[in-house]
Amino acid sequence: MQEDEFEPNIVGLLCHWCTYTAADLAGTTRTQYPTNIRPIQTMCSGMVDPVYVLWALLGGADGVMIGACHPADCHYVSGNYKCRRKTAVLKSILNTLGLEDDRVWLCWISAAEGQKFANTVAKMVDELKKKGPNPINAYWST
Amino acid sequence: MTRSAILEVQNGNLIETLNNLWRQLLEKGLVDALLIPQELPSGINVVQTLVSDVQKLESPNPLSPVMPVNTARIVSQMTKVTPSPKKVGVVLRSCELRALIELVKLKQASLENIVLIGIDCFGTYSVKDYKNLAQDGSSPKDAFIKAVREGKEDPSLRQVCQMCEYPIPMNADITIGLIGIDFEKSILIQASSTEGEAILEALELTDSPEAEVTKRDEAIAKLIEQRTKKRDEILEQTQKDISGIDNLMRTLAPCINCHNCRDVCPLCFCKECFFDSPTFEMESEKYLGWSERKGTIRMPTHTLLFHLTRMSHMVTSCVGCGMCYEACPNEVPVANIFRLVGLNTQKIFDYVPGRSLEDELPVTTYQERELLGVPEKL
Repeated sequence: MQEDEFEPNIVGLLCHWCTYTAADLAGTTRTQYPTNIRPIQTMCSGMVDPVYVLWALLGGADGVMIGACHPADCHYVSGNYKCRRKTAVLKSILNTLGLEDDRVWLCWISAAEGQKFANTVAKMVDELKKKGPNPINAYWST
Repeated sequence: MTRSAILEVQNGNLIETLNNLWRQLLEKGLVDALLIPQELPSGINVVQTLVSDVQKLESPNPLSPVMPVNTARIVSQMTKVTPSPKKVGVVLRSCELRALIELVKLKQASLENIVLIGIDCFGTYSVKDYKNLAQDGSSPKDAFIKAVREGKEDPSLRQVCQMCEYPIPMNADITIGLIGIDFEKSILIQASSTEGEAILEALELTDSPEAEVTKRDEAIAKLIEQRTKKRDEILEQTQKDISGIDNLMRTLAPCINCHNCRDVCPLCFCKECFFDSPTFEMESEKYLGWSERKGTIRMPTHTLLFHLTRMSHMVTSCVGCGMCYEACPNEVPVANIFRLVGLNTQKIFDYVPGRSLEDELPVTTYQERELLGVPEKL
């Protein structure tokens, strides 16, 4: 029997208009991708409050993927640009505190890019396997 | 355009000269009311007061080195529901004014009919230290002003003040200039708006010689340089103390989840904080589930989440007034952490909180081509 390999848990905060639909497309076209992601549908990446990402990370997720529309393609005009700013703020905070900001991925994936969604999840799982489990899991005192 | 005028100090008494100025503002009808710090009768604290009767202007002393509440909160409280119908002069320090500018941008305060009177700030003591200094009979303000004149900086001033690189108020209508001025003889009154100039006019002050203004500007530059150096020293240590999950958890170990830091923060304006919302009214199964997963969990829960979330919500506007640290019962260095994270984060957007009403809040705006390194390169 093979040794138990670390399987990262990824929380996906996916925009209804693009990445979430891309995940559906990946499904309907029977594109294979790792099952490590737990998709959560949001109406727009602009509504992804940093607390959602932090809750996931501090709750023990090994990675968080924010799936957003490509620049200039936001259904609500500018939600993805605002998401990019909020993500930059969050990453700056994590970075300054010496926490791992590279566990948070912001990805531009359109509704037509089912294959890109599958590839991105696969790549993220790969990278997180290299990084290892989220160290926060070893702490009960957070 | 700034106009600078000279106010002669009568009999070497700075406080009395300033009192005369406040009285004139009310008597001449330049303002209908004045929001100004006054010493309480006991002498052991100085609080903001809203004065509309000049007779009741009993012990104004905005130079007292203590700041119990960030005045921006008070102005927000007064002007959020409706703008002030009467002209109110507000006397405040640089960090208070900067926080107020942020609150105006966040639509939590209105500057309509508000005359901003900023004072040069040499720093403040904690309320506790001020109280102790005042209790032995001596007046902390006199000793403080004497020390400032001699160019000494008391190491027991609040640390955030020692590292504050904004000693002079930005965006004030009127600035009471003390830095670099021999304020036993005279002080500099600067007007930076038409509103301010009208007041200077009404007070019949004479223009200041250019040399005084230059002397002040040089002294300010020197002070800012000193403070910036101090800031970098302190924050370098903070960075070492908090970096990494181990150090961070050690730093937050004394936190008791009282949320005082949030309650006194001038920028934490939300009426209903997420952390007071029903999200945190959870079924016992939730706690037991978390406990079963890790074997044990810290109770009350979400200490780190609280600090990181508060940070992610307001750190771009953090002015570093340090009220959070003052309110912390267990001396968690929240102010230093917020200053450090604030500097790093504000830098990304070239944003200085309180610098200008025109600078848009970083998270309410965007540029199409920016932060190209933030989305993953796939």
